[in-house]
Amino acid sequence: MLKKLITAGFVLALSTTASNAREHISIAGSSTVLPFATIIAETFGKDPTIKTPVVESGGSSVGKKGVCEGIGTKFIDIGNASSRMKTKELAFCDKNKVKLTEIKVGYDGIVVANSKKGKLLEISKADLGKALTAKIPMNGKWVDNPYKKWSDINPSLPDIEIRVYGPPTTSGTRASYAEMVNQKGYCAKDKEAKAASKARGDKKGKKCRAMRTDGAFIEAGEQDNLIVQKLQEDPNAYGIFGFSYLDQNSDTLQGAIISKTAPTFENIAGNNYSVSRALYFYVKHQHIGVIKGIDKYMDKWVANWGDDGILADAGMIPMPTAERAKYAKAMKELPVLTADMLK
Amino acid sequence: MNNNKPKILTANEASMIVESSVIKRRKKDARLKTYGRIAIGLAVSFLIFLFVSIFSKGIPGFFQYYVTLDVYLDRDRLDPKGDLSPESLYNGDARSIVLESLYKVINPKGRKEKKAAKKIISTNADVRISKMVLDDPNILGKTIPITFAVDDDIDSFLRGYIKRETPSSERRINDTVIKFVDKLSAENKISYKFSDYILTGSASRSPEIAGIKGAFIGSLLTLAVCFIIAFPLGVATAVYLEEFAPKNRITEIIEVNINNLAAVPSVVFGILGLAIFIGVFGMPRSIPLLGGMVLALMTLPTIIISSRAAIRAVPPSIKDAAYGIGASKLQTIFHHVLPLAMPGMLTGTIIGMAQALGETAPLLMIGMVAFIVDIPGGVTDPGTVLPVQIFMWADFAERMFIQKTSSAIIVLLVFLIFMNAAAVILRKKLERRW
Repeated sequence: MLKKLITAGFVLALSTTASNAREHISIAGSSTVLPFATIIAETFGKDPTIKTPVVESGGSSVGKKGVCEGIGTKFIDIGNASSRMKTKELAFCDKNKVKLTEIKVGYDGIVVANSKKGKLLEISKADLGKALTAKIPMNGKWVDNPYKKWSDINPSLPDIEIRVYGPPTTSGTRASYAEMVNQKGYCAKDKEAKAASKARGDKKGKKCRAMRTDGAFIEAGEQDNLIVQKLQEDPNAYGIFGFSYLDQNSDTLQGAIISKTAPTFENIAGNNYSVSRALYFYVKHQHIGVIKGIDKYMDKWVANWGDDGILADAGMIPMPTAERAKYAKAMKELPVLTADMLK
Repeated sequence: MNNNKPKILTANEASMIVESSVIKRRKKDARLKTYGRIAIGLAVSFLIFLFVSIFSKGIPGFFQYYVTLDVYLDRDRLDPKGDLSPESLYNGDARSIVLESLYKVINPKGRKEKKAAKKIISTNADVRISKMVLDDPNILGKTIPITFAVDDDIDSFLRGYIKRETPSSERRINDTVIKFVDKLSAENKISYKFSDYILTGSASRSPEIAGIKGAFIGSLLTLAVCFIIAFPLGVATAVYLEEFAPKNRITEIIEVNINNLAAVPSVVFGILGLAIFIGVFGMPRSIPLLGGMVLALMTLPTIIISSRAAIRAVPPSIKDAAYGIGASKLQTIFHHVLPLAMPGMLTGTIIGMAQALGETAPLLMIGMVAFIVDIPGGVTDPGTVLPVQIFMWADFAERMFIQKTSSAIIVLLVFLIFMNAAAVILRKKLERRW
C-alpha cells in the first residue's frame, strides 16, 4: 500500500513537470489594481472557449518584478502596478531580455476619510503633509514632528488628537501618498521646509516621505476594510485608503477636503483632486500569441474602462477620452517600453 | 535564654497546629482551583464571543434576496447560431431578455429610469439562463418564472444595511432604484432564501454570486497531494529513525533538525517551493499539486515527530515476542509495530493536515493567493484554497463580502472540526490497550 502511494506520488509529480504548457493568462501585482483586473478577468472568462485568467495579489513591486523575471510559461504574462515602473526596474527586464508595453488603465484617488459622526477635515496639502511626516524643520534644524493635535498645525483645523490609520510600507497606496502629500505637497512647496531640505542636500524633498512612527500615524495592515471598520467605531480617527472604499461606504464615511477639493468621482476624474495616481499594467511581448487570449483580455479593458463601464461602477476613475484612445492604440501597436519613456 | 530545649508538644497541641495549617493549605487548594476556573472561563468566553460574532454575521451570508420574473425564453435571441452550443449561448443576448421581463413589472420611463432598473438584477442573470437552457433545451420558446439573485447593493438595502433615511447622494442606490424595489416587493416578486451560490458558486467579483466551491475543491486537492506525499515519507522516516538508524552524531543532527523544522515559519517553505519547484523544476504556478508539495514539506516534521512517538509507545515486549518466534525485522515492523502505532500516526497526520488546511503564507509565494474563477478539475488546474478565499473576500470593498467572509469561515471551521473529529474517532477505533 505504502509503496503504491509513493510511486503514485512520484509519477504524478513527474508527469506534470513534463507538460507545463499553460492555457490561462497569468497576472500578478498591485492589490489596488486587483479588484479591477479581476472584474475584467471574470467577464473575459464567461466566454466558454477561454480559460479565466488567474490574477495573483502581492503588491506593485511583485507585479513589476514578476513580469520582468524571464520568458517562458512559468513566468507571469502581465504585471499590475499602481505606481509607474522605474528605470531601475526596467533594467531588470532588459537584463532578462523581456520586452514590455505599458498600458495605463485608469486612476485611483487616495482619500483621507473619517466617520460622518466626526468632524470633516478641510485641510491644505501642505498642512496634511506637516501632520504626518516624520520630521519637520524648526529654526533650520530637522526635529521629530511635534504636533499632537490638528489645531496645533493650523488653528482652523479640529481640536482633536492626530490619529490616522494607513497602509504599511509594502503598499503602493502608502508610497504614492507619501510622495504626493509629504514630499510634493509639503517639502517641495512649504518655504521653510524647502530651504531646510536643500540645506540637507535633499533638493526634491525625498526624505520627507517617511511617515511618523510616534503613534499619530498607525499602520493598519494591507486590508483597507479594516481601516474602514476602525473609522466607523472611532469618530476622532482618520484613515488613508483608496477611493473605492469611500465610494462603497459613502453613507458612513466622509472624505477630507484637501486643498479645497472634495474627493468625488468627478473631481478625481477631472484631475482637480490632487492626491490621485495612475494604475498600470505591463504586458510581456514574448508571451503574446504563445499564451492564448492576451490580446482579447486587453480588448476587454477597452470595452469596460469608460465612464459608464463596470470598472467605474467598482470605483476606478476612468481616463479622459484622448488618453483612452492612446492606450487602446498602444495595445495594438505594442510600443516597447524604454528607459527614455519613463523619464 | 532560659528554655533551650525544644518544647514537647502534647498530642492535642500538635493536632491543633496541623489543623490550623490544614485550613491554610485547603485555602490554597481552593484558590488554585478558582484560578483554573477563571482561566477556563476566560478561554470559553473568548471562544463563545468568536463563535457568536462569526455565526451572527455568517449565517445571514448563507441566505440572500432573489427576484422572481416571468421570462420569455426567445429562441432566436438566446441561441443565435441555433446549435445550443455554449459558444452560441454566450453570444446570445440573455441579458436583454431578463431586463425586458423586469421592465414589464416595474414599467420604467425613459433612459434614466431604465438605467436605474438595470442595477436591480445581478449581472450574472444571463449565465443562469444559459445554464438552464443547456440543462433543458425544451424550455426555449416558453415563458417560465425564473428566480435571479438581486445585485449586492439591493441586497444590502433589503437587509437594512443601506438605510432609506440616508440622503440619496450618499447612498449607493438612488431613489428611483428604491422605488422599483418597493414595487417589486409590493408585487411579491422578492424572496429571501438559502443562497444557491455560496456553496456551489465559484470566486466572483459580484458578491451576490460568489461562492466557495472552487476554493473548497482546491483545498481538497491540495490536502490530498499533501497527504500522498507527506504521510508515506513521514512514516518511512520515523520507522527508519526509530528502528534502523544507528545512534550516532549524524542521526542526532538529523533529529535536532527535524525538531527545528517543525518550528520554522510557514512562509519559508513557500520561498523554498518557489526556488526549487518553480525555479529548478519549472512547475507551473498556482496549481494545487505545487501547493500540496509545499504544504507536505511543512507538515512532514509534525508527522515524523508524532509517528516516532507512536512507534516508541509500542511495548518492546511485543517486538521481542515477534523476534522470539523468528520474525524478521521487516515482518516485525510491518506486522506488529506499524499496525499498533497506526492510530497515533494517523492522529498526528490529521492534526498536521488540519494545520496545512489553514495556511495561506506558504501559498503566497507560489501564486495560490490568487483570484481564480474556474473550478479546478484536477491537481494541475489553477486553484486556490479556503483560507485564501477568506483573505481575499475580507479585502474587497463591496459590503456584501463581509457576510460572505464569515460564511466562508464557518465552512472552514466545519471542515476543521470534521478533520479533528476524524482523528478522535480513528484513535478510539484503532486504539489498543495493554
